[in-house]
Amino acid sequence: MTANAASPNHLQLTRDGQLRHFLTLDGLNRELLTDILDTADSFIEVGERSIKKVPLLRGRTVVNLFFEPSTRTRSTFELAAKRLSADVLNLDINTSATSKGESLSDTLLNLEAMASDMFVVRHAQSGAPHFIAESVTPGVAIINAGDGRHAHPTQAMLDMLTIRQHKGAFEGLKVAIVGDVLHSRVARSQIRALNELGAEQIRVIAPGTLLPTDVESLGCTVEYDMVKGMKDLDVVIMLRLQKERMEGALLPSEREFYRLYGLSQEKLALAHPECIVMHPGPINRGVEIESAVADGPQSVILNQVTNGIAIRMAVMSMAMGGQVAERQHKLAELIERGPA
Amino acid sequence: MSASKPTPGSSLKITGGRLLDGHGSEAPNIALMIRNGRIAALGEAAEQAEADQTFDAHGCVIAPGFVDLYCNLREPGNGQKGNMASETRAAARGGFTTVCTSPETSPVNDSRAVTHLIREAAAISSAIRVLPVGAITRGLEGDMLSDMAGLIAAGCVAVGNGSRGVRNARVLRRCMAYAQTFGLTVMFRPENQSLAADGYAHDGLVTSRLGLLGIPEVAETASVMEMLLLAEETGVKLHLSQLSCGRSVEMIADARRRGIAVTADVAMHQLVFTQDALAGFDSRFHLRPPLRSETDRKALVAGVREGVIDAIVSQHLPHDSAAKQAPLPATEPGLSSIESVLSLGLGLVQGGELTLAELVRGLTSGPASVIGRTATIGSDEIADLCVFDPEAHWTPSRQTLISAGQHAPVLGRSLPGLVRLTLVDGQEAWVSETRL
Repeated sequence: MTANAASPNHLQLTRDGQLRHFLTLDGLNRELLTDILDTADSFIEVGERSIKKVPLLRGRTVVNLFFEPSTRTRSTFELAAKRLSADVLNLDINTSATSKGESLSDTLLNLEAMASDMFVVRHAQSGAPHFIAESVTPGVAIINAGDGRHAHPTQAMLDMLTIRQHKGAFEGLKVAIVGDVLHSRVARSQIRALNELGAEQIRVIAPGTLLPTDVESLGCTVEYDMVKGMKDLDVVIMLRLQKERMEGALLPSEREFYRLYGLSQEKLALAHPECIVMHPGPINRGVEIESAVADGPQSVILNQVTNGIAIRMAVMSMAMGGQVAERQHKLAELIERGPA
Repeated sequence: MSASKPTPGSSLKITGGRLLDGHGSEAPNIALMIRNGRIAALGEAAEQAEADQTFDAHGCVIAPGFVDLYCNLREPGNGQKGNMASETRAAARGGFTTVCTSPETSPVNDSRAVTHLIREAAAISSAIRVLPVGAITRGLEGDMLSDMAGLIAAGCVAVGNGSRGVRNARVLRRCMAYAQTFGLTVMFRPENQSLAADGYAHDGLVTSRLGLLGIPEVAETASVMEMLLLAEETGVKLHLSQLSCGRSVEMIADARRRGIAVTADVAMHQLVFTQDALAGFDSRFHLRPPLRSETDRKALVAGVREGVIDAIVSQHLPHDSAAKQAPLPATEPGLSSIESVLSLGLGLVQGGELTLAELVRGLTSGPASVIGRTATIGSDEIADLCVFDPEAHWTPSRQTLISAGQHAPVLGRSLPGLVRLTLVDGQEAWVSETRL
């Protein structure tokens, strides 16, 4: 028996298939993902102007709700909202309401009462943005800025934008994601995006302790040996390794990890000569990537950061458009029904 | 028939129902005469007899009252999540006449005083039988033995550790050896805590996709194996509670073939739902043990069918709404399930996975035998009965549920199976408003 047919789409798309929340890439089709990339492309030009503003979110209030610390993701969301002319409120929830014992629901209902139009949510628990969109503030657009190990859809889309800029298209691409896939929300979203956009091969390269159960079911192949896994690669994405992994008995030592799974110049030489190197940051030099590679000619790590602003502008403006369309639908329905 | 209790000595005749008990007895269109809390006559003799009141049971099944080996009534100590009155009334609505209440109360039921408290509350506000299960370790901490013999003397029906594990195999072995001294049945939910760690969902496809923390199957199966070996060595009567894995069923069947005294139960929702129920981060289905794969579900159903699993339990765990209103990992595990057990079971019968007789066995004679009781319908037997209409439908919703917990497994959708009448000692514990 299926308990609940509420697919993510039911939540994050309007009846016309427009985005109204951005929670996960699950269930979003290639057309919509391409639409996001195309919209972001158009915003890249805005960032190159001397006055970097468009009025798409003028008069709207965007609240950055970070229940987990972050520097880069939060600043790019803030910049993106400001370039769209929104009013931006940054809340670091770790140090305010929740430490006073207020529940997540109560905090959000208070913010909604302040007439917020959009919440950008980062939370340590998988599914927190779903919960907010479904149960707490359904009239506010929710943008997932990373939840637990579940998803980081804007990061994955900015990575796709970076790949498209350098490779032109996704068809025929061989891509590897290397390192701590188990704990990575980024990897889950990337695998989903690459599958939907038509990449030819998606390999995950990691030891067994850093891979989720039945990882192949996500749409990838597993390679334990990085030397084999690098062969013919067009794109290699390195993941950040947290130091806690040693204490949890998942890995013996940083040194052994670097020797086996760190991206050195020697290992990179095994890939296609035009292979690009990506990393969602922040990078651990000498743990998952050699400095010479991170700063080398094949690295596109800084392009990723620039693209982050454009992708976030695209997603925010599209979700706001979806919310407005949804409200108009509802209003039209009310008018059609006439006075009660 | 009015909703008020009949005066003592009054008689009730149930006519036209289909009698079915867990021992395979079956009789269509039979009459039952109930007097002084017992079944005074069956069949022809009952047909002829005069009664003060009559209940028309045409189209209904007359079964022994259901027996639940694991549920939480939340009294004492958790008034915001439920209480004796609300939860036993919900149980009666579900057709249950006897429920074993978990020792996980606040304070824990690890002393005669708490057992008395529970029995007193039941005497005042429960229309059904409430049998406390005592804590096997003090405070359910898994470190020191409780006064087991004293708990049984005070009225506990068995001892166990509720849904908590005993971390230490040495303590577990001593729990069993001590309980065996008095011939007690020990009830454990098998779970290796170091393997379960911080998990809250089945380690598999859904956790991998949604990035949830998994509890691997081996957290249960390693513990089942450990407990079976310790039961074999100590000779204790072991009851394994709330299973979730197909492999556990295999191991229990093997152990029985070797002559180990082991019985087992499974929650009804484990027979119906799988890990897929979590796909939309639905916190209702945050359960412990977690819902597992379709393969596991099928093996558990087969276990019930073949009698390897003796009993189906409700695993009723009512919560206040705040406990479930949070991102899934931050919610508390458990379903408010006791009102829906029969309906979910009838779904399995409709789907051809269980026969009605197998379902009734799992809810009546199976669990009754685990606690040394019987559940039969016969002349001079105590009149603990459940009369249900398998064809009638109801829709669980926040308006219709009786339990303080509103997180039922199915909400807002019609389910088959309506309990018309629940009798305990011949007294009505539940009667549905319609059709009277």
